[in-house]
Amino acid sequence: MAEVLVVVEAAPATGVKKVTLELLTIARALGEPSAVVLGAPGAATAVQDKLAEFGARTIYAVQSEDLDAYLVAPKATALADLITAVSPAAVLLAASQEGKEIAGRLAIKLGNGILTDVVGLDASGVATQLAFAGSTVVKSRVTKGIPLVTLRPNSVTPVPAPASPVLENVAVEVAENDKLARVLNRVAERKGSRPELTEASIVVSGGRGVGSADNFKLVEELADLVGGAVGASRAAVDSGFYPHQFQVGQTGKTVSPQLYLALGISGAIQHRAGMQTSKTIVAVNKDDEAPIFELADFGVVGDLFKVVPRATEAIRERRG
Amino acid sequence: MKIVVLVKQVPDSGAERTLRGDDNTVDRGSADNVINEMDEYAIEEALRIRERAGGEVVVLTVGPERAGESIRKALSMGPDSAVHVTDEAVRGSCAVGTSKVLAAAISQINPDLIVCGAESTDARGQLIPHMIAERLGIAALTGARKLTVDGPALTIERQTEDGYEVVSAAMPAVVSVWDTINEPRYPSFKGIMAAKKKPVATRSLADLGVPAAEVGFDGATSVVVEHGKRPPRQAGNKITDSGDGGVKLVEFLASEKLV
Ligand SMILES: Cc1cc2nc3c(=O)[nH]c(=O)nc-3n(C[C@H](O)[C@H](O)[C@H](O)COP(=O)(O)OP(=O)(O)OC[C@H]3O[C@@H](n4cnc5c(N)ncnc54)[C@H](O)[C@@H]3O)c2cc1C
Ligand SMILES: Cc1cc2nc3c(=O)[nH]c(=O)nc-3n(C[C@H](O)[C@H](O)[C@H](O)COP(=O)(O)OP(=O)(O)OC[C@H]3O[C@@H](n4cnc5c(N)ncnc54)[C@H](O)[C@@H]3O)c2cc1C
Repeated sequence: MAEVLVVVEAAPATGVKKVTLELLTIARALGEPSAVVLGAPGAATAVQDKLAEFGARTIYAVQSEDLDAYLVAPKATALADLITAVSPAAVLLAASQEGKEIAGRLAIKLGNGILTDVVGLDASGVATQLAFAGSTVVKSRVTKGIPLVTLRPNSVTPVPAPASPVLENVAVEVAENDKLARVLNRVAERKGSRPELTEASIVVSGGRGVGSADNFKLVEELADLVGGAVGASRAAVDSGFYPHQFQVGQTGKTVSPQLYLALGISGAIQHRAGMQTSKTIVAVNKDDEAPIFELADFGVVGDLFKVVPRATEAIRERRG
Repeated sequence: MKIVVLVKQVPDSGAERTLRGDDNTVDRGSADNVINEMDEYAIEEALRIRERAGGEVVVLTVGPERAGESIRKALSMGPDSAVHVTDEAVRGSCAVGTSKVLAAAISQINPDLIVCGAESTDARGQLIPHMIAERLGIAALTGARKLTVDGPALTIERQTEDGYEVVSAAMPAVVSVWDTINEPRYPSFKGIMAAKKKPVATRSLADLGVPAAEVGFDGATSVVVEHGKRPPRQAGNKITDSGDGGVKLVEFLASEKLV
């Protein structure tokens, strides 16, 4: 069976990202999954066990300090070289900023088509995309080269399939022309131990109705209680209540969790663009006419400052 | 300094958008077409650089004739001139093809700096900036929420999942920006009047030396097999809080095994 390359994404604190496990799960339907770790020396051994658990047959350790020291260009070149060497049946990446950027460069290098933000990929290489705020389903296919796709997180359920992968070290030498954008510093901003927004199975979001940055504690408390991530509407972000990287919507993140809780969010079309493919939507809003109720599976018309603390308390009571 | 700003015309994200039944492209005929919102932030950033360092700002758009309306709107904010690449053979381009046309047009203008939006609101590919950089062999600094220009040196704060990265490069380079980078100005009446007289050069594929067979439907590297509308979500149960709303909410979550 032909190899399918899965480009691994991992975070230092939390390890292999869930979307990578989704990719390995999809890859098994297309061929033999091989995981590609692009990073500094030691990156591959750190994630080896998890990749084995989800069925990687081979782990390509493409490691060099230079891969971390510059923005995506060296990673794209190293990946293109690997693709040329192993002729895979498909190449799968996460639809993260970096995943899309690597894939974009790869498409140009290889003269290959690219499908971004797919939510599904079948064995014949036909991908499903949800366009225009999730209102339109598009089936598409690469016609030049192999399927090169980026997958939106939370599109499939990762299924373990233990394997004993071979670790293959791949030599890299980074060309000067890939060293044009140097990363000088990486700065983490507050998030606590919460899951990443696009990967979380529960997202609790606050809108303008939350009223202040301080009041967002209410949103955070509920999120932490249910193990969720915190999101925000653009109005909440623009008002300085919450940082921009947590914005959900047309110009923010697209999330597709099991549960999306919208607190004090009206449900403007641009907000819906980022959350309407969530499995279950629950809304709390004091305006009976708020459009968010049109798509909520459960809605509470009421003051969030009364409803949310009571809900938080009720969850604690349930847990005893 | 010569700065090119990439401006894409897109269907308004606040209204219903559809793909055409005949050729699977965006239905622009029925849509209210606007400047891709993120590109207004790119224009603003370019104007601020010009204000500090001098030089000129050129708007570059690849799109149908009607994209000219968006070019005039862009010019009314303050750029000096525009290049509009319009050619029937560009229709149906994938991102690979679009980046080829953009890169060819950029080469002709030969700028020091290219500023664009981080993503478009219709396709949301986030592909074009790195594709152009790859084609031109120049640096790409993408996802900027802050940009500092110091002589030929560029430094950005790149927004990431859990914070930001400080990334630097020398010009020539492509910089893509998020909407956190600045607050775009509104066109003044004077700006709107002035925009009517600003030069807009129209270019065909032949003018750029791009073979028509390499872009558009003919050169596309991917194809839409089919598309359809998803049924809209249905509203579920809605209750009015009379003291027990929070408890009812949790009961619902429990019934769905979500808590
Ligand atoms: C091009 C473009 C892109 C955009 N991108 C995004 C995007 O990515 N994400 C996004 O979110 N928006 C986006 N927007 C903005 C969007 O149109 C809305 O303005 C925004 O979503 C409104 O946020 P909100 O619901 O928090 O605020 P509002 O619309 O002001 O709603 C606040 C809600 O809170 C309720 N409320 C107030 N107090 C309480 C209380 N005590 N208890 C309960 N409820 C209360 C009110 O009834 C109201 O419904 C975009 C707009 C444009 C033009
Ligand atoms: C719903 C939908 C899905 C699509 N999916 C794919 C896909 O999976 N693969 C694929 O190859 N193509 C796809 N396309 C086609 C692709 O969107 C176009 O080729 C597009 O012009 C470039 O990609 P983008 O809009 O995603 O750019 P992005 O990379 O998201 O845009 C970044 C910036 O580049 C600049 N820019 C982009 N296009 C232009 C332009 N025409 N003129 C001037 N500046 C521009 C703008 O400054 C913009 O802010 C899709 C199109 C649609 C409508």
